[in-house]
Amino acid sequence: MAETTVKYEKTKGLTDKPLSYCPGCTHGIVHKLVGEALVDLDILDKAIGVASVGCSVFSYEFFNCDAQQAPHGRACAEATGIKRVLPDNIVFTYQGDGDLASIGIAETIHAANRGENITVIFVNNAIYGMTGGQMAPTSLKGQKTTTSQDGRDTDWTGNPIKISEMLATIEGVAYIERVSVHDPKHYLKAKKAIKKAFQYQKEKKGFTLIEVVSTCPVNWGMKPVDAMKWLSKEMIPVFPLGVYKDKGDNHES
Amino acid sequence: MAKVLMKGNEAIALAAIKGGVDAFYGYPITPQNEVPEYLSKHLLANGKVFLQSESEVSAINMVYGAAGAGARVMTSSSSPGIALKQEGISYIAAAELPCLIVSVMRGGPGLGGIQPSQADYYQATRGGGNGDYSLIVYAPETIQEMVDTIKESFDIADYYRNPVMVLVDGLIGQMMESVDFDKPVKERFLPEKDWATTGTANHPGRRNVANSLEIDPVALEQKNIRLQEKYKLIKKNETRYEMVNFEEEPEYVIVAYGTMARICRSAIEMLAKDGINVGMIRPISILPFPDEAFDEIPKKAKGILCAELSMGQMLDDVLISNNGRHKVGFFGRSGGMVPDPEEIVDAIKNFSERVVK
Repeated sequence: MAETTVKYEKTKGLTDKPLSYCPGCTHGIVHKLVGEALVDLDILDKAIGVASVGCSVFSYEFFNCDAQQAPHGRACAEATGIKRVLPDNIVFTYQGDGDLASIGIAETIHAANRGENITVIFVNNAIYGMTGGQMAPTSLKGQKTTTSQDGRDTDWTGNPIKISEMLATIEGVAYIERVSVHDPKHYLKAKKAIKKAFQYQKEKKGFTLIEVVSTCPVNWGMKPVDAMKWLSKEMIPVFPLGVYKDKGDNHES
Repeated sequence: MAKVLMKGNEAIALAAIKGGVDAFYGYPITPQNEVPEYLSKHLLANGKVFLQSESEVSAINMVYGAAGAGARVMTSSSSPGIALKQEGISYIAAAELPCLIVSVMRGGPGLGGIQPSQADYYQATRGGGNGDYSLIVYAPETIQEMVDTIKESFDIADYYRNPVMVLVDGLIGQMMESVDFDKPVKERFLPEKDWATTGTANHPGRRNVANSLEIDPVALEQKNIRLQEKYKLIKKNETRYEMVNFEEEPEYVIVAYGTMARICRSAIEMLAKDGINVGMIRPISILPFPDEAFDEIPKKAKGILCAELSMGQMLDDVLISNNGRHKVGFFGRSGGMVPDPEEIVDAIKNFSERVVK
């Protein structure tokens, strides 16, 4: 009789609740990476996640730790409130681009500027997913959405906002990296980055943010594979991957 | 500690410290700035949290986070600032988290002015936030009563897992009175905050979630019904008011709270000298509103005068509570104009001109 060996298990960082995301969406992969990082660093039972408003509104049901659900855009403020009274816990937000880069940009910038020792997982898919595919501040030039049906007119609505680049100028930021999960090579880089962000928080280094360039096949009107290709071909040139700030490299503790 | 002479806003801050506040998050706005200024010095010096936020919106969401994490937490602001906090207040009430919100009213609408006003009665009792939620709102008239209320508010908020607002106007915030900070607070049994999001290490086998989302309409309606049951219990247990000068049957009854009640006290004395016996219902809790007090108004009373530093907001609750039994008149000043007692005397003497149709 052949011996059975376990090669792969679902991370204990996620609950058994079925994910609410659309087929082909990369939220599921990002959730898994966050859950794995919390388990790998042995901080799951100290973690408090802050869910935002958008597709990931139910993330408080998926991360296998304590959680709070924030009003639209306010996750970084809510996380600040938690972290200041529980400085030894691990506090993270999980936000989309509508939530973080539009309605919640003030909360995000000021949390970064205070050097809040929190980790922000910023999932950027260049569109409002939950509400049905409206233009986001991150939508690409010419990108067709339900509120920019002839393609985003950047003269009228501005250009895609670059959060990682902006926040990297802020002193209180310890670590910012933009990653993607569209193929195994990038997936492994993203995994490393998310883990590193939480490691920095554990070491109380300051504000960390991982921007994950992501897909929204349903609202982009593409098959999942085509969405991955579009992400690689169209989004990454606008949102270049890489480390935008890493205080840790110069300030080894 | 013996009685000390203290400015209202600083007394708010010290009362909060005496009430065991762990954290304050707020944004500057006149006329309440002495509250955060005092707390910035004294909370940080004692290892507690004081944080000036980037906006009132952010401040109330910091309060939400800290309340969810089990801390005794507060914010303070004034009229336009409270307007900005309304979203967060609705979420906190919906997530059933305890906190204290101090509102030091100024004249409105819009940016309005910075002089005292009671134009935010609607804002406090009807809320600007969405949904069927309810705060507990106290509107004290002296610095002593405000201090006692603030100290107790943290317990009340914890007990019911509901936000409490203490509503005063800029006059109470800016004036000085002698005050005793060590009056004992009513003892309440406060259960452990075993619901707080402190990490599962502190409560193995159970995830704690602070949340206001309920996507299933059946469940959301059930939640709203349960919240209403809580609000009924609060009304039963926490309604507060004072009946002034009801020993002999009053000819007229004034309804006034906060600063306006103080002015009316003087007017009542002046009217007594003129042989007109006037009583006053002074709501201390304006939410829940003390409608049972209106049953004490003598049948033959000539009328009820609702007096406010507004164009008529509490008037709605007075009309509802009166339920058509007596004639109701209204006296109001607004924009930061504070009347002399003589104006109230005149309003009673010429009550027929004041009657609300």
